[in-house]
Amino acid sequence: MLKIWSMKKNEDAAAKKKPKTSAAQIRVQKDLTELDLPSTMQTHFPDPADLLNFTLKITPDEGMYKGGVFTFSFNINPNYPHEPPKVKCVPKIYHPNVDLEGNVCLNILREDWKPVLNLNSVMVGLQYLFLEPNADDPLNKEAAEELKKNRDQFLYHVKSSMRGGYIKGEQYDSVAQ
Amino acid sequence: MNGNSTSSDWDGRYFHVDQILDKAGPRTDESFVPGDQVKDFLRNNCKILVIGAGGLGCEILANLALSGFKDIHVIDMDTIDISNLNRQFLFRQKDVGKPKALVAAEFIMNRVPGVKVTPYYGKIQDKDEDYYMQFNLVVCGLDSVEARRWINATLVNMVDPENPESLKPLIDGGTEGFKGQARVILPTVSSCYECSLDMLNKPTAFPICTIANTPRLPEHCIEWASVLEWPRVYGDKKLDTDDPEHIGWLYDVASKRAKEFKIEGVTWSLTQGVVKNIIPAIASTNAIIAASCCNEAFKIATSSAAYLNNYFMLIGTEGVYSYTFEHERRKECPVCGGESLDISIRKDWTVERLIEMLVEKQDIQIKKPSLSTPTKQIYFQAPPQLEQATRPNLEKKVSELVEEGGEITVTASTLPFNLSLRITYT
Repeated sequence: MLKIWSMKKNEDAAAKKKPKTSAAQIRVQKDLTELDLPSTMQTHFPDPADLLNFTLKITPDEGMYKGGVFTFSFNINPNYPHEPPKVKCVPKIYHPNVDLEGNVCLNILREDWKPVLNLNSVMVGLQYLFLEPNADDPLNKEAAEELKKNRDQFLYHVKSSMRGGYIKGEQYDSVAQ
Repeated sequence: MNGNSTSSDWDGRYFHVDQILDKAGPRTDESFVPGDQVKDFLRNNCKILVIGAGGLGCEILANLALSGFKDIHVIDMDTIDISNLNRQFLFRQKDVGKPKALVAAEFIMNRVPGVKVTPYYGKIQDKDEDYYMQFNLVVCGLDSVEARRWINATLVNMVDPENPESLKPLIDGGTEGFKGQARVILPTVSSCYECSLDMLNKPTAFPICTIANTPRLPEHCIEWASVLEWPRVYGDKKLDTDDPEHIGWLYDVASKRAKEFKIEGVTWSLTQGVVKNIIPAIASTNAIIAASCCNEAFKIATSSAAYLNNYFMLIGTEGVYSYTFEHERRKECPVCGGESLDISIRKDWTVERLIEMLVEKQDIQIKKPSLSTPTKQIYFQAPPQLEQATRPNLEKKVSELVEEGGEITVTASTLPFNLSLRITYT
């Protein structure tokens, strides 16, 4: 058998036994404790001992969605950061990039996810959706069409949906602050 | 015992292999001593573990048995599917539904006299360090990133500075269609699997808005069924990609969607392929990669020739291209990198005192450290809620939270990745 041990000499620091904390766990600890969030975003951990399941509250201070409180659920699996976190919008909202089931169309949550991205990038990306809703990547097609064709009407519908109003027979959740 | 013969060997059984083991060549390792001792080790003492008994695993088991390894263990959690039979040549039609590990072990033992194959039908995660400690070498033929990350981290964690036997070489093979790779990982010595995680191709994912609005491919319709329709209809019920009823439901939903958008090509097997992320397996790619893995296993077990340092990739999509290079260790690798420190503190030290000491330590330059043990948080600087929740721990004694010899993981924005502390008390 090859003598591998001899190759280890002069590597004292690296030779120390490593902890059994999983790579995903360390990475989540690093991501969370280095979050640099503006006052418009807050995390909440239903069980503070469970770092893998939590919510993010976004309260935009400008743009069309100002005045609302939007909660997203985050679920991180043990294969993080190879796989992106699973993120859903909790309330039913009227938004071109969020469907009625809470699925969110944000490229870095799916096709453009890379392990070098982190939770901070995802959170900033989510906030951006409220500042600049994107009609070109629609998940709620009607909302996207309306944003493109009749911005004033769209704005009116956003405001009424945020108060829990109906749009085309669909009732939205009240998210007013 | 003499390496040349055991009761089940016959004259000339190892004639060709012995050409390599009976004399040193120009590239043999300095430590190589030709002759009976090395043959005896290979044939009577060396214990090797094969993880995975699928496309690569069948090839690996056959190659190892035929090279003279006689104590082989194999782990696989799967059962045999009819679609495996074109390339997983240790299985026959009558074996469909049976555990791969058991059937493969039995086949090898029947076919190659004197070889003992010990199967385990289950998950690698069922086994602990004591189990992995019994082997000299581990060869992986896996199809999942998650399982590779697990075995890699386990073998790296097992390395004990006091015990040379705790360092187990890991040979990892992998294939995807016409592409493959084989690599030698010497835990804590060479780059580990986690070091190269960012080199992986990301799994194909379509933009969710394309799936929702403008499907053009049959795959878009299948993803629509599995990503959007399944959770909408079934809520939290988990999709089981091994359950034919679940696949059947997805197939029906995807077919209707395809019809609506005039898209052709949604089939039952494509549905299964997309949701299970199946990449067509090519028998010859498996054969090449498995051969390379077994060459390395043989060379490392016998030190009869220079081993792979440390990454071999094969691209067979356009002609035959291969490239070998040394993947370097990543200093900030969460598994094998980072800094590690033994520190000795007084039993009555509080967490706050420990943090002060870390901040004052000149050689590590740490600001605002967050601390945890493998099972719980000790103190987090952020986010605010967790800071508040862990703040009471600052006044507790470290010895109430961490046992003698226990580990603390420290992260901080000033550290490239993490620092691990091993705590002893005075």
